[in-house]
Amino acid sequence: MHIVIVGNGVTGITTARFVRKMSDHRITVISAESDHFYSRPALMYLYMGHLTYEQTKPYADDFWEKNRIELLRDYVREADVAGKRLFLSSGAALSYDRLVLATGSQSNKFGWPGQDLDGVQGLYGLYDLERMEQNTQGIRRAVVVGGGLIGVEMAEMLHARHLPVTFLVRERGYMDYLLPPEEADMVGRQIRSHGIDLRLGTELKAVLGDEEGRVRAVVTSAGEEIACGFVGLTVGVHPNVDLAKASGIETNRGVLVNRFFETSAPDVYAAGDCAEFREPLPGRKPVEQLWYTGRMHGRTLARTLCGRRTPYRPGVFFNSAKFFDLEYQTYGDVPPALGPGLRTLYWEHPNGDRCIRINYREADGAVTGFNVMGVRYRHAVCAAWIREGRSIRFVLEHLGAANFDPEFFTQFEAEVVATYNAGHPEAPVRLKRKRGLRALLTH
Amino acid sequence: MPSTNTDFDQSIGLTPGRTFLTSGQKVGQVFVGFGLLLLLAAAFGSEALSPLRFFASGLVSLAFGLAIYYVPDLTAPTTALSSGERVGLGLFGFGLLMLIATLAGLGSLAPALFFWLGTGLVTLGGLLFIRARYAGRPGGIRNDGVMFSNTMSRGAVGWLLGIVFTGFYVLLYWFPAALEGLIRTMDPLSWVLHGKPADQWFMYGTFYTLAVLVMGVRALYKYRHNRYQRIRTFSVMFFQLVFAYLIPSILVLFNRPEFYFSYFWPLKYNYLWPSDVQWLMSQPGGLGVFMVFWAAALSFIATPILTYFWGKRWYCSWVCGCGGLAETLGDPWRHLSDKSVKAWQIERWMIHAVLVFVVATTAVLWINSATEGAVLGGLSGAYARVYGFLIGSVFAGVIGVGFYPVMGSRMWCRFGCPMAATLGIFQKYFSRFRITTNGGQCISCGNCSTYCEMGIDVRWYAQRGQNIIRASCVGCGVCSAVCPRGVLSLENGPREERYNGPALITEDLTILTDEDVEAGAI
Ligand SMILES: Cc1cc2nc3c(=O)[nH]c(=O)nc-3n(C[C@H](O)[C@H](O)[C@H](O)COP(=O)(O)OP(=O)(O)OC[C@H]3O[C@@H](n4cnc5c(N)ncnc54)[C@H](O)[C@@H]3O)c2cc1C
Ligand code: SF4
Ligand code: SF4
Repeated sequence: MHIVIVGNGVTGITTARFVRKMSDHRITVISAESDHFYSRPALMYLYMGHLTYEQTKPYADDFWEKNRIELLRDYVREADVAGKRLFLSSGAALSYDRLVLATGSQSNKFGWPGQDLDGVQGLYGLYDLERMEQNTQGIRRAVVVGGGLIGVEMAEMLHARHLPVTFLVRERGYMDYLLPPEEADMVGRQIRSHGIDLRLGTELKAVLGDEEGRVRAVVTSAGEEIACGFVGLTVGVHPNVDLAKASGIETNRGVLVNRFFETSAPDVYAAGDCAEFREPLPGRKPVEQLWYTGRMHGRTLARTLCGRRTPYRPGVFFNSAKFFDLEYQTYGDVPPALGPGLRTLYWEHPNGDRCIRINYREADGAVTGFNVMGVRYRHAVCAAWIREGRSIRFVLEHLGAANFDPEFFTQFEAEVVATYNAGHPEAPVRLKRKRGLRALLTH
Repeated sequence: MPSTNTDFDQSIGLTPGRTFLTSGQKVGQVFVGFGLLLLLAAAFGSEALSPLRFFASGLVSLAFGLAIYYVPDLTAPTTALSSGERVGLGLFGFGLLMLIATLAGLGSLAPALFFWLGTGLVTLGGLLFIRARYAGRPGGIRNDGVMFSNTMSRGAVGWLLGIVFTGFYVLLYWFPAALEGLIRTMDPLSWVLHGKPADQWFMYGTFYTLAVLVMGVRALYKYRHNRYQRIRTFSVMFFQLVFAYLIPSILVLFNRPEFYFSYFWPLKYNYLWPSDVQWLMSQPGGLGVFMVFWAAALSFIATPILTYFWGKRWYCSWVCGCGGLAETLGDPWRHLSDKSVKAWQIERWMIHAVLVFVVATTAVLWINSATEGAVLGGLSGAYARVYGFLIGSVFAGVIGVGFYPVMGSRMWCRFGCPMAATLGIFQKYFSRFRITTNGGQCISCGNCSTYCEMGIDVRWYAQRGQNIIRASCVGCGVCSAVCPRGVLSLENGPREERYNGPALITEDLTILTDEDVEAGAI
């Protein structure tokens, strides 16, 4: 059987690796962007000079041949899903038995005047990085628009090259559609502490160009004109459905799939950033554009491809990010505003640069989510507590087992427990465990 | 605010940095001028001041200056310099000129003066530069521009430094007479600490210790947000200064055997060779006996126990002087270690060969001594000298440190150190130490692998949720520090389940452990 995968991102590659692990099928991965798989989240480190491109490749170049995964650098224009054939930009055609669309996302643009001027761009792939290198030569100020995860990365990238950055964010609090207000504030402070000119509650109105068609300024919703030589548009991404559409495969925002990643066409699957679940899983979004999600999709899909039809069953949600120097990890569900029947325990360091939040249900005390900033927590422990519905009191007693900070770091679990006890003087909790592996293994 | 400081506008590749190019060329001119001056002075040489030395050091300065002037890469900075940094570099550069002057013989004329002008200013300039670069900015991982830097990423400056370091070692080991002027500047200090004039080893020890201290300050600044790094850096600075510099010096001052309490066999191979043991035992008072006892106890009792509890890091990145230099002076080049599987194969082969070599040498020497030379006769001495030359000098010094800027900071520790080999075997098979990975949080970015000085492909393990247990890991903790997703943690714990993550996570599809580990290869 010949399995063809379009897209060599984490989704396509994880699928290929696990198919290889489970079978002897012929595997071909086609991608237009790069010869080899690289880590998309590491893009920023290339521009900042922390890493070279070679170092962002998770596998050595000889890995593919050794594991008999054929790589093809080409763009797939169209799939003939009836005849099971692909038509490539190079003019070649390729037949498949099973096809996987792992085509990822594309950057959003919202039709702003001037958005196509030279020096205005988004950040998604290697091509964008090359353009960014050229577009930021000799400029005196950069403007970044859009307060998502890529926006803050772009601000940090420019900052690392000592470029003054103005950062326009529509929301009143940084990522307040995702983060509770305290965390949103903390991220905002972190961004400002690096000297970024962060403008919350400010939108882009238009981009102005000079005679040569290069950006010279932006106009904000406040009516202010900010002179700049570069504009980064990081206002989210949308699933890349070009190929699916051209091939007559059913799409909505993304390529529509069921829990087995099966699309409307026979033997065609879609996964990762580009896929949209017809029926979203409970508590999760129909489109989830995350590295981790792509990896889990790929791993599940590989089983189906190899004849062990397996529905997608992600575990407890988790994610992480780094805002300049502020590390963030989240486990379970921590909504920006507390829903009914939920309570929250929030501790913040007096310096305002670390916090630990634990959400739990009022009725039975079961913990539902963790947010930590400036502190590292153990994935396995937090996820298990949430999955097992452990009560907040149990969790607090054992909180040390969740600590994952490096040795000698100050541990704040006692403060978290004290915060809880201040609200529950009638039945204080006693912290039983400090961090440590023994605690974890005997837990 | 540092970010809006327009002083920094002309940074990495943003503008060609014209002004700096010319100031760089000016530096070149100064070195050239100074070189010509020394050459001229050679003509007026006298009995006390050898024309040859003037001539040689004049050539050195001239070569330096011409290189700086004509190789554009040497002067086009990848990051623009603040005024504080320029002051620091200026003093450092002047100090360098003075060091060249000492080589010309001026050091012998006025040792104390040239000690301060050379070594003193280099130290001060270095410290000022470091302060200007790091102080007053937020702590955190800032590897900005490392890959563009011609100092840190095998650019022209890197190669030049490699040549200078290597050249220094060659002179030190085999042509110490060439360094006479420099050695004389150490006399005043040597009288205080040693009670006798300096020799090349005293000069070397002083530079070595200063390098660990000054670059240690840099490491303390650079990693100041990370308490593990702060304590560890402080530890290597302390052990170098007190145990590897002051105590041995003071022992000599009081007419005791020069002894390094922080080095053990098989790294300090001769400490358990019959010649040293017999010599120490013959010392008056109990001190010599104690030293032999110490050497043996540390090698055979303390080492396994400490490694069992904490892994090889208790020594390699906390105590050892070689490790100390790598973690401080070598830190800017830590990412240059080779991460390929090939390098790993060579490493295992080589380091164990050295271990066998040193064990065999030691055994032969003891047999020979026990049989009073009946077995090998004079040959055992030759055998020992071969080891000393190949491993002790060429590998540990010339390649180990000389090649820092080209091949990374832990060449010796990774490929050559017999102590690392033994510690590594303990660490791999009989230790509670491991680096734990945090579930599924890895984004495969590659920061950990890149900045691992031992060339361990940390990401390979991290992205599949597997603990890292490698003989070569020195536990420097930098992989954990640079990871942007909080994935890695150095931990000691029960040995059960050391190779897997904690059992809790296996059933979960979110994490890549179970099948990945079983399948092995992929
Ligand atoms: C700057 C940045 C930082 C990020 N950081 C994080 C992070 O920290 N954590 C996190 O969880 N997520 C992060 N993400 C999101 C994460 O990278 C994506 O969710 C993930 O890469 C999606 O993987 P994928 O394999 O589904 O798609 P992609 O990685 O987008 O791969 C799809 C590939 O298919 C190619 N392709 C598309 N159509 C065709 C065609 N017709 N023919 C041939 N090739 C085609 C594309 O060129 C692309 O190379 C980040 C994204 C960006 C852009
Ligand atoms: S694996 Fe980590 S702790 Fe070990 S040597 Fe490499 S960087 Fe240091
Ligand atoms: S462990 Fe951390 S540094 Fe290493 S690849 Fe994963 S995310 Fe990057």
